[in-house]
Amino acid sequence: MIFRPDHKFTHGAETSKMQIEGLNVHIAGQHILKEVNLIIPDKRITCVIGPSGCGKSTLLRSMNRLIDSVEGAHIEGKILIGEVNLIDSGEHLTELRRRIGLVSQKPCPLPMSIFENVAYGCQIHGIRNRRKLKMVVRHYLEAVGLWDEVCERLNAPATSLSLGQQQRLCLARSLAVEPQFILADEATSALDPIASRNVEELFVKLKNDYSIIMVTHTLRQARRIADYVVFMYLGELVEAGLASEVFDNPQHELTKKYLSGAFS
Amino acid sequence: MRAKFIEEKTVKALMYLSTAIVALAVVSILWTILSKGWGAMSWDMISKLPGGGFYIGKEGGFLNAIVGSLYIVGTSAVLGLLVSIPVVFYLNVYLRKSSRLGYAARLACDVLFGIPSIVYGAFGFALMIYFGMRASLGGGIVVVTLLIIPIFIRSMDEAARDFPREILDTAYSLGATRLQTIRVVLRQIAPGIATATLLSIGRAIGDAAGVMFTAGYTDSIPTSLSQPAATLPLAVFFQMTSPIKEVQNRAYAAAMVLTLIILVLSIGGRLIMNRFSKNKLS
Repeated sequence: MIFRPDHKFTHGAETSKMQIEGLNVHIAGQHILKEVNLIIPDKRITCVIGPSGCGKSTLLRSMNRLIDSVEGAHIEGKILIGEVNLIDSGEHLTELRRRIGLVSQKPCPLPMSIFENVAYGCQIHGIRNRRKLKMVVRHYLEAVGLWDEVCERLNAPATSLSLGQQQRLCLARSLAVEPQFILADEATSALDPIASRNVEELFVKLKNDYSIIMVTHTLRQARRIADYVVFMYLGELVEAGLASEVFDNPQHELTKKYLSGAFS
Repeated sequence: MRAKFIEEKTVKALMYLSTAIVALAVVSILWTILSKGWGAMSWDMISKLPGGGFYIGKEGGFLNAIVGSLYIVGTSAVLGLLVSIPVVFYLNVYLRKSSRLGYAARLACDVLFGIPSIVYGAFGFALMIYFGMRASLGGGIVVVTLLIIPIFIRSMDEAARDFPREILDTAYSLGATRLQTIRVVLRQIAPGIATATLLSIGRAIGDAAGVMFTAGYTDSIPTSLSQPAATLPLAVFFQMTSPIKEVQNRAYAAAMVLTLIILVLSIGGRLIMNRFSKNKLS
């Protein structure tokens, strides 16, 4: 760890386990997530799978409360990180969000240079020292294997990178604020096969330090990298467990059908 | 087929025609101003104060009007930005898209946008009488600022409304508060801010009615906010209405300077805008 933003936040011990209890989400009167109970294990890759519209992304967006910015969204239940409930965290929300990184489907660089993209998060958490920022930026660009490709043009706009590079930049940006969780919403679906493989390998490497929750549409990807699998259908959590168990011996009829490709 | 062919050709010809009308208008305006103003133009014009009164005088130049205009427009643009950026930020980051307050605020801006500058002038004048103030640089600045705020807000708001929501989500996910997203928002709408500034300055520097009652007119350069200030549009107006030919030509020279300032601002603004846009996500 290169930096630790001042931890005024003292609720409970730091743990990378997330516990979801009785989570219900309504959006404009529609019941999107129904009584979801789930434990996200520490420092593992948990893949959320399920057909389109089953609530995977809503679940992910609830985990960092970005669901709040959806018009007409109403969320209830508990999402516990340590002792703190994310859902009524009040003033601690922004600090909690720092601990939950996000990599979205389409790479979303901020309208800034490559350097500033990685430094932005640290700056909003109070790091002003230029030398320290440089160290942080370099460290995390190296962590995602981007440093050698961009060290000559750190001041170039982030949009000048290829999509695959942008996605790794976004990952570096998330890592730079030192989260414990990484939420990835189909993080490789907009990328070409090689870039996609790169990002995938990164996730596998990163699970030593972070708890990764990944929504994916590609069953093969889930089979390759998941330690745990969560299968959702129509807003309900149907089955969750060790990847090997869910894939090789699904308990629920719907899971069997989905895994055999009966619907997608 | 034949009908479509003719239709295509006719429409194309009409489009050429409209483009030509616009181009012709620009060229003929520039030509009129240049041909009449060039003769009266000299270094003295832009470097000296009027010698014999602005209405009948032939001596000296109109440095008073150039400086007065720049004072008023420069200060108003800065004040306008300071007021408008928080409004646009609030409308687009804090308020939801369906917000009634947002709707009301935008409607109010549209109404203000449509109010003629002479009404702003009259309003400012009434206020100044109420407070016992005399025509002054300060009064002109206030009225011109009020005049351009709706232009600022509306054109920046247009830019901010296409703002990709994912950028905000990204900033939030890094632990930014809503206020802290301002850096990202400003970067993304920077080209919109530049356009808004250009539009506002263009409107402000060319406006005669707003400053007529409020800033007044004078032959000297104001040294405090409470002194009256001359402006280029009024220099054109007063000298143009003079019966003396030489004085009329001085009006064209002033118009030429005014046009040149706007040209320089527009071209310079575009260059700067390209620089601002380099980080923008499309």
